[in-house]
Amino acid sequence: MLKRVHFPASPLPYLLVAPQVIITLVFFIWPASQALWQSMLVQDPFGLSTEFVWFENFVALWHDPLYLSSFTRTAFFSLAVAFLSMSFALILAGFAERVVRGATTYRTLLIWPYAVAPVLAGALWVFMFNPTLGILAYGLDMLGYEWNHKVNGGQAMALVIMAAAWKQVAYNFLFYLAAMQAIPRSVIEAAAIDGAGPIRRFWTIVFPLISPTTFFLLVMNVVYAFFDTFGIIHAVTQGGPANATTILVYKVFNDGFVGLDLGSSAAQSVILMILVIAMTVLQFRHVESKVEY
Amino acid sequence: MVENRRYLDLATHIVLLLGIAIVALPIWITFVAATHDAVRMTQVPLPLLPGSHFLDNLKETLFGSGLSGTETAPVWRMLLNSLVMALSIAIGKIAISIISAFAIVYFRFPFRMGFFWMIFITLMLPVEVRIVPTFEVVSQLGLLNSYAGLSIPLIASATATFMFRQVFLTIPDEMLESARVDGAGPMRFFFDILLPLSRTNIAALFVILFIYGWNQYLWPLLITTDNSMTTIVISIKQMLEAAEQSPQWNVIMMTALLGMLPPVVVVVTMQKLFVKGLTETDK
Repeated sequence: MLKRVHFPASPLPYLLVAPQVIITLVFFIWPASQALWQSMLVQDPFGLSTEFVWFENFVALWHDPLYLSSFTRTAFFSLAVAFLSMSFALILAGFAERVVRGATTYRTLLIWPYAVAPVLAGALWVFMFNPTLGILAYGLDMLGYEWNHKVNGGQAMALVIMAAAWKQVAYNFLFYLAAMQAIPRSVIEAAAIDGAGPIRRFWTIVFPLISPTTFFLLVMNVVYAFFDTFGIIHAVTQGGPANATTILVYKVFNDGFVGLDLGSSAAQSVILMILVIAMTVLQFRHVESKVEY
Repeated sequence: MVENRRYLDLATHIVLLLGIAIVALPIWITFVAATHDAVRMTQVPLPLLPGSHFLDNLKETLFGSGLSGTETAPVWRMLLNSLVMALSIAIGKIAISIISAFAIVYFRFPFRMGFFWMIFITLMLPVEVRIVPTFEVVSQLGLLNSYAGLSIPLIASATATFMFRQVFLTIPDEMLESARVDGAGPMRFFFDILLPLSRTNIAALFVILFIYGWNQYLWPLLITTDNSMTTIVISIKQMLEAAEQSPQWNVIMMTALLGMLPPVVVVVTMQKLFVKGLTETDK
């Protein structure tokens, strides 16, 4: 934590931490406590008077079927994104690890979607699936499947899941590849000498050994799907049709800035904060209990 | 290679190429759309091979009046805004976190751990969960529609502070001892020894933070109401809305291409630093 040798006491360290601390106070601690405070207030529709109501906003959310369905929807969405992009990345990493020549070329060609902004990823996918023009919607139409995510809630959900998972493949691929490359060659070779084929080796040796990475990625992907996918949803579906893609973050934004229901929006923010803290703690405990090979 | 299996090697390359094709498909479609004229982009089925209007579209997108029916700023202006925002976020974050990590590791002073925990908490609070109150703070400070408002609320970062702390802890104590014997003060030690030693970490962090800053969406969406301050990433959303009335997919997709080009170029050209930064900041 602290160096054994350090500089003598002076006002200098305060000056050095000051910028970070001031910004943290003004833009993090203060707004977060405001959110806590607002979550216990109710404002009348004209903003003329506010009333302190303790946990009424939370109780109201608990009884709000729209909020509860948004909760289960978010859980489904994030798990679907995590599963889709992690399994795709795992397959690619498993094969890429075998490649001796050209491995870096493959890596280069697979990692760049990480740099694409979520909203742009959404734009690309919505263009491909545009019901009247989109090339994939046209292809599906040829096959006799009608695609219109503007009316069909299930299709809208599938579209945002695909766009979100597409962008995350690069991240998962990098971590899986690094984890697989860290497995000692001798273990794999011993298994090969004992007669285990590539598939058997993957399931009995590689997959169990990279399970810490799988867990880490699961947490990171869920956090990503919870927060970073706002741009995708805002660009592709605006939470619609009929709330079919309204995930929690989108609802906080929508209730706060469009519906102007500040108390409820703040209460939702607080619930999200608790969720983030829980996930961060999970992730840190994982880092501490990291398996050493 | 553990064993020699020809068919498996072949299958490996086929699967990888297939994976790349799936990953690259959206970009290919976008690129193709950006090379045709507006009329061709309204006829079903859309083309799968590039056309000949790439340069025309580029010129029209960069310097033209933008999409008909929208009041967006010219694209070059939005690219500039994005660049300023991404650079200020990346440089600002690095600057403030390296000096605070320096203070926390190399000085003993009252409230040292208090400051450390305060910074640590920010790790747990993404912008998305505190948007309404942060927006109010920024508007009270009069920072709406300014570069300061776009970047400052995003530059406090626990991850960067942590990373620098980690780096400083690996630097042997003898460095400091000998620097002090030679009569160097704290700032001299910081600039002449710590900064050069953490150069690669700074570069790796810069790559990650540049992408992070460039791709910010929710925050600029909230605090820029003036069209001349919007970023390229935001403009896509406005264009998609306008596309409902007058589809000009060639221009929209060209804008999308321009919007993703800078961060993609950064990732591809500085791949080593990117991988280093990604694996070090997220753990």
